[in-house]
Amino acid sequence: MDTTTDRSGDVRLTGISRTYGSFTAVHPLDLTVPQGSFFALLGASGCGKTTTLRMIAGLEEPTAGTVRLGDRDVTALPPHKRPVNTVFQSYALFPHLDIFENVAFGLRRRGIKSVKKQVEEMLELVQLGEQARKKPHQLSGGQQQRVAVARALINHPQVLLLDEPLGALDLKLRRQMQLELKRIQTEVGITFIHVTHDQEEAMTMADTVAVMNAGRVEQLGPPADLYENPRTTFVANFLGTSNLIEAEADATSGDDVLLKAGACTLALPRARCSAPTAAGGRVLVGIRPEKISLTHADESAGIPAGRNRVTGRIAATSYIGVSTQYVVDSPVCPAFQVYAQNIDRDPRLVPGAEVVAHWNPAHTFGLDAAQDIGAGVAEAGVPQAAEEALA
Amino acid sequence: MSFATSFVRRLRRHLVVLAGLLTLGYLLLPNVIVTVFSFNDPKGRFNYEWQGFSADAWRDPCGVSGLCDSLAVSLQIAAWATLGATVLGTMTAFALARYRFRARGAVNSLIFLPMAMPEAVMAASLLTLFLNLGAELGFWTILIAHIMFCLSFVVVAVKARVLSMDPRLEEAARDLYAGPLQTFRRVTLPITAPGIAAGALLAFALSFDDFIITNFTAGSTVTFPMFVWGSAQRGTPVQINVVGTAMFAVAVLFVLAGTAVANRRRKQQA
Repeated sequence: MDTTTDRSGDVRLTGISRTYGSFTAVHPLDLTVPQGSFFALLGASGCGKTTTLRMIAGLEEPTAGTVRLGDRDVTALPPHKRPVNTVFQSYALFPHLDIFENVAFGLRRRGIKSVKKQVEEMLELVQLGEQARKKPHQLSGGQQQRVAVARALINHPQVLLLDEPLGALDLKLRRQMQLELKRIQTEVGITFIHVTHDQEEAMTMADTVAVMNAGRVEQLGPPADLYENPRTTFVANFLGTSNLIEAEADATSGDDVLLKAGACTLALPRARCSAPTAAGGRVLVGIRPEKISLTHADESAGIPAGRNRVTGRIAATSYIGVSTQYVVDSPVCPAFQVYAQNIDRDPRLVPGAEVVAHWNPAHTFGLDAAQDIGAGVAEAGVPQAAEEALA
Repeated sequence: MSFATSFVRRLRRHLVVLAGLLTLGYLLLPNVIVTVFSFNDPKGRFNYEWQGFSADAWRDPCGVSGLCDSLAVSLQIAAWATLGATVLGTMTAFALARYRFRARGAVNSLIFLPMAMPEAVMAASLLTLFLNLGAELGFWTILIAHIMFCLSFVVVAVKARVLSMDPRLEEAARDLYAGPLQTFRRVTLPITAPGIAAGALLAFALSFDDFIITNFTAGSTVTFPMFVWGSAQRGTPVQINVVGTAMFAVAVLFVLAGTAVANRRRKQQA
């Protein structure tokens, strides 16, 4: 199906909002989820992502705005009349029915008589054919999760809503289920809207991620785009880790803006800066820890010209197998993070060593300095190395 | 010495079993007496001393005048009281567990009042109420009183079950194309059924057993407990023990049947 021209199956939210008394869970929100896409709503708990999902399902009534499936306005439809199914966070399998009847529930409610073949095929798809006559409590967490998916998918909904579907599983099983869900989505071609607080989960599965914070969508785009070009400090800090350096626009050089941070001059491609770049403008210069190289100060002469440089002293290191994480104490940025792959480890890079951190200016991004520099840090969980350095 | 230590060790290992058996004996002894004396052949009017074996009472349980009539009245009242209290109590429990309304807190505590009120006081007050209303005492006044005092017990049993039910189950049903009625019939009712059944059983037992309130509100109607009380003044027929034993046997049969069904289900699933 050509999704670029066929828009008949899109989910369209227009000006949708939800308030509880004086608390606004979701601010007026416009969102279009293209048909057939795997869409993730990512955010910390209480950011309004689950409320948004429940409004699409019809389990929550919007205070204002409309929900459209294709051209059809479903805002006023009760949940049982919407061609939408949900995989609940706790799975919500019916404890008094066996697996077969759980999966058959939706078909039976729509008056379909011969369900046996369909249910058996669906149980095969999620590899639970053997368990059909068991009760939900007799299955493991991963199996229950697959029953929940089967119970929703068997109805061929226009949209499948997943509310933290992997939250209750352990890490290994979660990885496995991520791939499994992605495979199923590709196979059936149904639109998936997936709510999660786990940024890795959102990035591995979704085609498009919307990062939500305090009832608003902060930024929306493909995972790589969000990661490489965050436009707000919340996105920069919540999605992975970012080093943010407070700087002042100084001059321009070709397509780059030159910024002053303390004694350093940093270059930043103008196209990657979401803040005003007139001279004197305050900008937060951002760089991801894995894009940075560390060189001992004694060899700083060997660093190629044209790279952004920050000098400092190593405050802490932690070796985590695939990489080593350094926390560098620098005058322009306390707790500057650097992740270096363990290829040629320089034995002099130990706590107390004077170093130069340097990177290709093309990897730099610029954010408006009017924002809270620490937004999203607490929600994402402070990385271990930084925590140790602060302790 | 070695015998003493091994005895102590064995005692310690089986202490829980021993305590359990003693408690069970304590619970069952009265029932055993009832059963044994249903086979007595009393010489006088009182069935308090063992005289000799006889199955006469079992052959003719209705042989005492008025006994079977009173039993029929009690069973009827218990059945209707159970139905009334279960329906009203279940609806009350759902309202209290699900909805926030004005005076919900007050209703929540007032519902316990009939349980807390001394029964004799309640009975006397009910009599006053019925007399003032000019109601004719009998079957209907007993039934109204029984539904009233059974209601609280049903509410307590059902409410506990409703509160422990995951609200997402009903959302899941609605999400899977079940309308409000279907959701109630297919999900809410089956999941809360054990609570409702417990409430109903409790109501039946309480109504069938009740003497004090019934005695005050019965007028000339005689229920089984009233018959037993009345006859105890003049002499206790063996047939009372027969009815008691039969009720006990029916209850035990129900429990055994329930266990058997559960066992078979478990075997099928394994």
